[in-house]
Amino acid sequence: MTQRARASGGELGARLRERDLSAAPATLNLLESRAPDAREQARVLLAELAPSALGQEAPGHIVGVTGPPGVGKSSLLSRLVAEWRRRDRSVAVLAVDPSSRRSGGSLLGDRARIDADPRDRRLFIRSTAAGDRLGGLAPATRSAAAALAVAFDVVVIETVGVGQSEVEVADVADTVAVVVQPASGDVLQFLKAGIMEVPDVLVLTKADLERAARRALADLQAALSTLGAADTKLCPVSSVPPPSGIAELADALEAHRSALDLPARRLHARRRQALDQFAAEHGEHGLRALGGRLEAQRWLEHQDPALDAASLERGLEARAHESESS
Amino acid sequence: MSDMPSPRLPEPDRPWMMRTYAGHSDARRSNELYRGNLQKGQTGLSIAFDLPTQTGYDPDHELARGEVGKVGVSIAHGGDMATLLDQIPLDQMNTSMTINATAAWLLALYIVAADAQGVAQDRLQGTTQNDILKEYLSRGTYAFPPGPSMRLIADTIAYTVQHIPKWNPINICSYHLQEAGATPVQEIAFTMCNAIAVLDAVRQRVGRDPELMGNVFGRISFFVNAGVRFVEEHAKLRAMAVLWDELGRERYGVEDEKHRRMRYGVQVNSLGLTEAQPENNVYRIALEALAVTLGRGARARAIQLPAWNEALGLPRPWDQQWSLRLQQILAYETDLLEYPDIFEGSKVMDGLVDELLEGAREEIHHVAELGGAVEAVDYMKAALVESHRQRWQRIESGEHIVVGMNRFTSTESSPLTAGADGGILVVDPEVEAEQRAAVERWRAQRDRAAVEAALQDLADAARDDSANIMPVTIAAARAGVTTGEWAQTLREAFGEYRAPTGVTDAAAVSSEEVSELRGEVERLSEMLGRRLKFLVGKPGLDGHSNGAEQIAVRARDAGMDVVYEGIRLTPTQIANSAAQEGVHVIGLSILSGSHRELIPSVIESLREAGVEDVPVVVGGIIPDADAEALRKAGIAAVYTPKDWNLNGMMRDIIELVAERHGSSTDNGA
Repeated sequence: MTQRARASGGELGARLRERDLSAAPATLNLLESRAPDAREQARVLLAELAPSALGQEAPGHIVGVTGPPGVGKSSLLSRLVAEWRRRDRSVAVLAVDPSSRRSGGSLLGDRARIDADPRDRRLFIRSTAAGDRLGGLAPATRSAAAALAVAFDVVVIETVGVGQSEVEVADVADTVAVVVQPASGDVLQFLKAGIMEVPDVLVLTKADLERAARRALADLQAALSTLGAADTKLCPVSSVPPPSGIAELADALEAHRSALDLPARRLHARRRQALDQFAAEHGEHGLRALGGRLEAQRWLEHQDPALDAASLERGLEARAHESESS
Repeated sequence: MSDMPSPRLPEPDRPWMMRTYAGHSDARRSNELYRGNLQKGQTGLSIAFDLPTQTGYDPDHELARGEVGKVGVSIAHGGDMATLLDQIPLDQMNTSMTINATAAWLLALYIVAADAQGVAQDRLQGTTQNDILKEYLSRGTYAFPPGPSMRLIADTIAYTVQHIPKWNPINICSYHLQEAGATPVQEIAFTMCNAIAVLDAVRQRVGRDPELMGNVFGRISFFVNAGVRFVEEHAKLRAMAVLWDELGRERYGVEDEKHRRMRYGVQVNSLGLTEAQPENNVYRIALEALAVTLGRGARARAIQLPAWNEALGLPRPWDQQWSLRLQQILAYETDLLEYPDIFEGSKVMDGLVDELLEGAREEIHHVAELGGAVEAVDYMKAALVESHRQRWQRIESGEHIVVGMNRFTSTESSPLTAGADGGILVVDPEVEAEQRAAVERWRAQRDRAAVEAALQDLADAARDDSANIMPVTIAAARAGVTTGEWAQTLREAFGEYRAPTGVTDAAAVSSEEVSELRGEVERLSEMLGRRLKFLVGKPGLDGHSNGAEQIAVRARDAGMDVVYEGIRLTPTQIANSAAQEGVHVIGLSILSGSHRELIPSVIESLREAGVEDVPVVVGGIIPDADAEALRKAGIAAVYTPKDWNLNGMMRDIIELVAERHGSSTDNGA
């Protein structure tokens, strides 16, 4: 790896389009970089991978996995990754570490929890700190998910939390799975109170705890039907040997994706991301220059649906600049 | 005058059991060493196993690479155990085995070897360490998840109480908690919580029969540490005895006072031994020995002392003899054993004990609230990392004085380390190849059908929670099963486990120096385009993670993004993480002496993974001669225990990365 050499966004883009998975680390290095020349190359890369350039949406399935700490999310993900690999799907995991950035630094240990063969070239795991920015997802994570979905069959974004994080993950993922364990009463309350969005798939871990699990399953089912979300798939799983429910979960995620209007969801995600990025960079002042958030959304709805998020964001910037100088 | 009662005991006490923690290379060489030690007046055996044996891998397993015969003897099957104990009369011997995850297995091998000598199991005496929680917290040689591990412990206790009545089936260890940075209060409290978890697990399996529980309670012993603050350390042991007695009476209804007496063995502190002016360690060891012998009220039953050169490498037989002589002088030359408890009625001692008891009770209560020791592993681990961080900060600031290390550092050169061997034992590198070949030969000459049947029975028993694991394990030992096969069968039934690293919640250090570092990291990160990313890796089976943890935490405090995955990684795993994570620098930590094999292997794997321009630094117990070789092999810097200043190390790392990157920015490619 020639880390110091200037990475060409065009070259990386071409490699990803050819589904060259070994381009993944350099892609992340580039997308994470704030150096001006790197930003420029990142722009090129993302434009190369936009639907407008591909002629279609990126084929990979972007799956968000989130849930409160301690529910067994990592063990579950470890099993799920193994299941996908058994089905010969290439997998990229973007693990967003919740550790707060005291001192600016962070401790990233999540990848250790995924049991992987280090020689497996079709599995890529990258950890990132949640970052200083509000919004849970590391700044580069959204772009990275979009880029890697061009080359990998499955891209997983793993985040921790409940109530906010599944909303953010929903902005970028095709399918969102929220993971809970028996007796997580708070999740049930959050769902009922509408603090938490109803996920596409609800996963109940520790299904080996039979009585508690059966009860939790019944409670969650009842909550979902009260909310008119009886379609949401509820998957009980156990990650301790002998594991159970993992293949069914993989099937459920796939079924959700097949039934999904993918272009619509991706388009929504790109527009949402463009606006969020813009707001994070330029704040309330910037939004005012666009005539407010709603007005900006309306403008975005009239743009070419095949543009990538970064291009849309630049469009917003140009528009704000125009209105300020006029 | 003649009416005055004598202040002496009517008869001097018998000395404690004297042992030396020993074993290296293979069974034959260790057997020679043991017989030599017994001739020198040692009264019991203390077997040190190598890391593959402790973690349940055969010598030819990938993870065993570089570790075979290093920190102890390699025992891969019954043949090895028979050789190890050859000509040692097991009906008279008292043998302590430092073995935990695979304790049931090594005990089975011991039983079978004794049987072959014609000694029935009910006559055996000794101890299996068998304490898994402290492995999660500090020592790192665990193999299975907490639930099944506690079951294995309960099974061995239930079995020995019935069949080997003089065996101590578990040595609950406070030792390694202190090594991991525990304060005396934490050491007492976490040890008691650990004991409660074990006793509760046993009670659940054997039922509430008070007589049986009394026997169980009476067979539980402790393995403690003693630091150089020997007055407080002695008070700590008295406090533990008080709590243990209370626990027996109140929680487990143990009526026989003898069963409630705390029995403990000890290895004094290694954490405080220095690489700088290593001869001073002899004094430290002597003072620490006083902590566990001075007061008859809380005196050790068995003692093993470390050697003066532990911070340099593995001790030679002569170094161990020197430590044994210290015990013999204390027991036979001094008047220590002639008196009753010399602290009885001491206000100072009682006051210290009360103070420790108060703190410990509070901490025990807290762990109980978290659901007990098994549930509280994460909490305890984080607390230890935090205590160790504070201790280290006191050393760095000079508040905590370590003579020869951060104070009084000018020195003459030591003649002790001037010899050709550098004053340490170097294990013959051929041992690993020999053991690999030997285990293959062993597998080839066995009755395969018998082995497979034994493993099937083992797997069935593992999946049947009501079965005791010991009988099938003994049958497996007789059938010729290997250490790796036994453990692999249980790994398949129980699953594997990674213990918490404890670093995530460590409090941040803030000092002027650290803020300066932070500024430098910010500037460098700006230049690189993204935050300086540092991989801290522990290759091999070595579980001593204190150093790696402290470095990871300090690097975070200095503003770096730190990838730390805990212990026991293969070179391929480390290289793969480095490549995928896009790190700028790699730090490797090894304390088991396997650096000669593992570091070049990591470098090779990095090259294969395409990571060629990332500087690698190494820390550990690394003799000078090896350090030179590592630098030649491309390692950018080598750190040993004498490099105790973490901030200095951080500065080096920042400079290294800055140098490699010149002024260009890093966009990756």
